[in-house]
Amino acid sequence: MKRTHFRLSPSQKQRLSQAQERCRAAAGGFQASAFVNVGDTIPVDYDNGFLRGHGTQLVEGQLLATVCGVVERVNKLISVRPLRARYNPETGDVVVGRITEVAPKRWKVDVNSRQDAQLLLSAVNLPGGIQRRRTATDELNMRDLFTENDVISAEVQTLHQDGSLHLHTRSLKYGKLENGQLVKVSPYLIKRLKQHFHQLKQYGVQLILGCNGYVWISAIPPSSSEIVAIQPATNQRAAESESRETGAGTPEAQNVEITRDLRERICRIANAVRVLGACGFMIHPDSIVDTYEASLTSGIEPKQMISGEFHVRTVEREADQRSKKGSFKGSARHLYKAVAARGDDQHHQVYVQVSISRSGSTRELCINGPVTSSSADRHSAGGWPHPT
Amino acid sequence: MDFLSPEGLRLDGRRALELRQLQAEVGVVEKADGSATFEMGNTKVIAVVYGPREVQNRNQQQHDQALVRCEYSMASFSTGDRRRRGKGDRRATELSLVIRQTMEAAILTNLLPRSQIDIFVQVLQADGGTRACCINAATLALADAGIPMRDIIVSCAAGYLNSTPILDLNYLEDSGGGPDLTVALFPKLNKVSLLQMDSKIPIDVFEKVMSLASEGARTVAQFIKETLMENTTQLALAKGPPKF
Repeated sequence: MKRTHFRLSPSQKQRLSQAQERCRAAAGGFQASAFVNVGDTIPVDYDNGFLRGHGTQLVEGQLLATVCGVVERVNKLISVRPLRARYNPETGDVVVGRITEVAPKRWKVDVNSRQDAQLLLSAVNLPGGIQRRRTATDELNMRDLFTENDVISAEVQTLHQDGSLHLHTRSLKYGKLENGQLVKVSPYLIKRLKQHFHQLKQYGVQLILGCNGYVWISAIPPSSSEIVAIQPATNQRAAESESRETGAGTPEAQNVEITRDLRERICRIANAVRVLGACGFMIHPDSIVDTYEASLTSGIEPKQMISGEFHVRTVEREADQRSKKGSFKGSARHLYKAVAARGDDQHHQVYVQVSISRSGSTRELCINGPVTSSSADRHSAGGWPHPT
Repeated sequence: MDFLSPEGLRLDGRRALELRQLQAEVGVVEKADGSATFEMGNTKVIAVVYGPREVQNRNQQQHDQALVRCEYSMASFSTGDRRRRGKGDRRATELSLVIRQTMEAAILTNLLPRSQIDIFVQVLQADGGTRACCINAATLALADAGIPMRDIIVSCAAGYLNSTPILDLNYLEDSGGGPDLTVALFPKLNKVSLLQMDSKIPIDVFEKVMSLASEGARTVAQFIKETLMENTTQLALAKGPPKF
């Protein structure tokens, strides 16, 4: 299997394969039957019936996979999600794209989808925040807003039956992107989250993780440093009206001076994204910052991040983190065994609070036995079910 | 010329019913949507897939299905005598068409309307059986690109020399003048998509050669499935489990 496009020395190759093996071991959670190839039969419960989802086909009563990937079951719906595939748009996704064509009343935008997306003239905000009908003059001046090869951020407005999609930029956070770097990764590495605009304040760098696998890295735009403080919507609206004159994409934004130091940080972040993409690890702000910091501690130039050695180290670091996380899981399993042993042949649903250090968020891990205690019991017992 | 020694060994030391060594690598081209190399002995082919993407030539756009294009070429260093092959190579044009039709039969084109899929296949080392090798490489690349297919499509060649059916001919055997039959089939659906042969042979011999080629293709299918499964597993496990 080849995915790394670096020249590696034999010792590096060995380290890489060892680290990948550790990653695999720690990842766990997957059953071998979760993966299917094209043309494989997907085991289904024929008695209860099932719904045929994406990536499957029915041939002579058998459910076959049409793509290679992971089987997902939601109630009766069975679908196969391919890993490396083009961007599969969903309404509301934040995307980064490049204008490929200026057509009558619309722009065509490359968003790494099966077709170019359409951005209608009526779906953009006119400069100055004026709300009015789009006239023939506006149509003639479309190139003043976006021309070919401009990079923009936008949101998916609607999807159509034939696979085409419409975008809109009707918010001040969307629009033309300038003075930064565009990095392309596989779309499956970017998870849909609440927030796709991130400001790494400590570096003065703005990060837009497009759901389509296009990542935009630039300096924090001066005007928006106070607006997109990711805070409550009411504040944001007030701030938006204030900064209407100096949104991104206006002529003022073009003349921002970016210091050498800042440019270097942008490059470092961009290379961190590239490395994570090459390793096939999930791309989110925490992992990017992690990689960034690792490159600083090893004291290497930004350009050296795109090398075999740093690639191997990134995989090794991830393996270490995963095995740590795995030990969390291990301890939870241990706890469950202890609980189960105490309750004489009565199993309970055990909820364990596990905090994952890297993302800093707390999630619930649920280990199932035959359930006897309801969730109401759990709450009355202060969040912890007591074994009988 | 004797293609089989009295011990039943062929020129390269194989037996009549043996395939050459198979090797495959998925994801060899970083910027492509899907890519793979496939080796059958000394024959080596690289296939690269771009798409499904916006149709480049607007009037070729089909509103109900995807447009599949294929370009076959041979590297100038792929054969014994080094030579440059131009655009007007008739063999290349014919092979492009064959590969395109075979892959189009496999791809569920109706799921990808108004888009285009480009398949580029290049022979890096030619030692007989390039047709089969190209189809196998293209399948791997398409599967890597996440393009929905009816089933994987696999291919293998077989011939008939010294009154013996022979599997997976190499260049020397291929130029021996006997029949050379290439078959491409869907292993799961049990359907044949491509069957090519340029010579005349009796029907009973044909059946023997045909069943041998199909048997070879099924062996190749097993290998391709293993390769794809390893690729999928590696990608999914690197990404980490979907839920905690």
